[in-house]
Amino acid sequence: MEIKGVNIKSMKYDAFNDTEYIDQLREAGVNVMVGKLDQLINWGRSNSLWPLTFATSCCGIEFMAVGAARYDFARFGFEVTRASPRQADVIIVAGTIVHKMAPVLRRLYDQMAEPKYVIAMGGCAISGGPFKGSYHVLEGVDKILPVDVYVPGCPPRPEALLYGMMQLQRKVKAEHYFGEVNRKQKKEESTDHE
Amino acid sequence: MNKIKDIVSRIAPEAVFSESAPWTVTVPTAQFHAVAQALRDDPQTQFDFLLCMTGMDWGETLGVVYHLRSTASGCEVVLRIETADRENPQLPSVSDLWETANLNEREVFDFFGIRFIGHPDMRRLFLRNDWVGYPLRKDYDASAEVNPVRMENEETVDVTPSYEEHDGKVEQEERVLFDDQEYVVNIGPQHPATHGVLRFRTSIEGETIKKVDVHCGYIHRGIEKMCEGLSYPQTLALTDRLDYLSAHQNRHALCMCIEKALGIEVPERVQYIRTIMDELNRLSSHLLFWSTLCMDLGALTAFFYGFRDREKVLDMMEETTGGRLIQNYNVIGGVMADIHPNLVQRIKEFIHYLPPMLREYDEVFTGNVIARQRMQGIGVLSKETAISYGVTGPSGRASGWSCDVRKLKPYGVYDKVEFDEVLRTGGDTYDRYLVRVEEIRQSLRILEQLVDNIPAGDYCVKTKPIIRLPEGNYFSSVEASRGEFGVYIESRGDKMPYRMKFRSPGLPLVSVVDTLASGSKIADLIAIGGSLDYVVPDIDR
Repeated sequence: MEIKGVNIKSMKYDAFNDTEYIDQLREAGVNVMVGKLDQLINWGRSNSLWPLTFATSCCGIEFMAVGAARYDFARFGFEVTRASPRQADVIIVAGTIVHKMAPVLRRLYDQMAEPKYVIAMGGCAISGGPFKGSYHVLEGVDKILPVDVYVPGCPPRPEALLYGMMQLQRKVKAEHYFGEVNRKQKKEESTDHE
Repeated sequence: MNKIKDIVSRIAPEAVFSESAPWTVTVPTAQFHAVAQALRDDPQTQFDFLLCMTGMDWGETLGVVYHLRSTASGCEVVLRIETADRENPQLPSVSDLWETANLNEREVFDFFGIRFIGHPDMRRLFLRNDWVGYPLRKDYDASAEVNPVRMENEETVDVTPSYEEHDGKVEQEERVLFDDQEYVVNIGPQHPATHGVLRFRTSIEGETIKKVDVHCGYIHRGIEKMCEGLSYPQTLALTDRLDYLSAHQNRHALCMCIEKALGIEVPERVQYIRTIMDELNRLSSHLLFWSTLCMDLGALTAFFYGFRDREKVLDMMEETTGGRLIQNYNVIGGVMADIHPNLVQRIKEFIHYLPPMLREYDEVFTGNVIARQRMQGIGVLSKETAISYGVTGPSGRASGWSCDVRKLKPYGVYDKVEFDEVLRTGGDTYDRYLVRVEEIRQSLRILEQLVDNIPAGDYCVKTKPIIRLPEGNYFSSVEASRGEFGVYIESRGDKMPYRMKFRSPGLPLVSVVDTLASGSKIADLIAIGGSLDYVVPDIDR
């Protein structure tokens, strides 16, 4: 079946293999590089994004599977899942968020240090998924948090989550660290005043 | 049934009995507590296990349906009580007879607003304290203006209302959960060792736990209410997401219940396929249990070992069903598609692959001195307490309670295979651990007997495009990975259920945490929680 009119905004697969610049450097035997400090910091940041161990339901099991032996997100620098939001860079919202959980999630997000990112994993976190229309389900986590990457699926396959996390790495690389992303959230937006 | 009739009519002459199975007794509210007590204590009946408690809104009246079972004889009876007062409904509590009624009555209060007289702790169980209305009532206003997403944090209260009857008048009393002198530590809802979004408020003295107060509802998705607005084939999709580690078994229970109501005979091939898939699912669940319990106790390497082997089970299931975790494989009257040609061969290979790995598990963890000291003698659950709380599944069997539905009421093709019901008598964390590891071996044994004998035939019978269940109420249960999973449907002949209730194995497991953890060290709470192996979306539904 052919699907028409689909516009894929994400990265083409070939782009992941684009190492032209590195190859040039290798050929020339260059051991000194000149670049912006921004780029250096972003290179470091994007390759050590530490997720928060946060999971509410089914997607959490797939999240664990991505961390385990076969899929192993340590290959991309996500290896240290932190139990405390104060030490985490990215929160992967894995599972349904319900009314009672919404303020808790918001608080976790506020406790994270800038710069911070959000991945909405699975149908429930994106829109409520199969539970859309229930009296106690939040219809999409983007109603309370700014979401950077959406990973659809119910639950998404581990490869899909890895792809989503790599999209986040691209996003991080394209940012300006100084004076921008480290001061993104204004103080009055935050509810974490304690 | 005649014995039950005798006992009930001696106390409550106005009680109404049903003509046919399921044996149902409608008891007047005033005598209900006495009837329940007599049925529990009489040596002829001994209904010591409150299997399922369902709040009901029958339109004119509100009420509760109790499913009782005797662990000695296996007999079952259904009790019904109702009240016509919709403004301020009150019913007698049975939480002093069966401990499991404690959380269940709070759930009924949460959903229907029925206050139970004599219940020690009448707070909401799942929803916030400031929630407006009772969602499972038929006249509930679900609009977002009434209950918007409240972003302010919920206030934690240390006192709880309770209702006692004095000389025919009901008075509200206040009970103190934690007084000002107590040191209360909050664990969860965001805590990696609570296995999801569960919250404990723990009163401690030094390192010793005095009391644990469980807060549920951080993943309450209102599945039971949603089911009332969906047609029967649509409701199937939600069962997989209750306890996602026994997705297949949950769906099996609902399909069985609907098939029983419609009188559909499923082909033998379907029975074999369903049983095989149930056991594969149990394998994946128990392997995950092993990984996560070991990780909770500090053995991170074990986590990788367990998941390595679990991926092999997932591969097999994915090839046939198309889903790794959520499979959506059972349908009413059969299964979605025939099994993949590779499945038989892969299961055979897996049966030879896993036993050496299990020996490795034992070498790595079971025999380890540290692991044993963390588990042996910790969180001892006696058989009587297990029955009173309704702790079924591997946790109940570790206390010596023979509660395996596969043996008690064989479904699928469990009556055609040989396997042992794993029973231990210690009831501590170590026994709960060993029961599950041994059940992995038993599941392999079941698979070995089934995999060569799958009969030829259809994988599904044809059903009508619109399924209407005949009027009545139906209950079936299966042995899910963590205990008895039951489905109760009340139908009014519509294409949608009037009320659908899931008896989750998780709620009793979490209600027993207070009993098990009191007097232990706070680090033991993690071991106890890990060994009970609850899944939070299954508790909250």
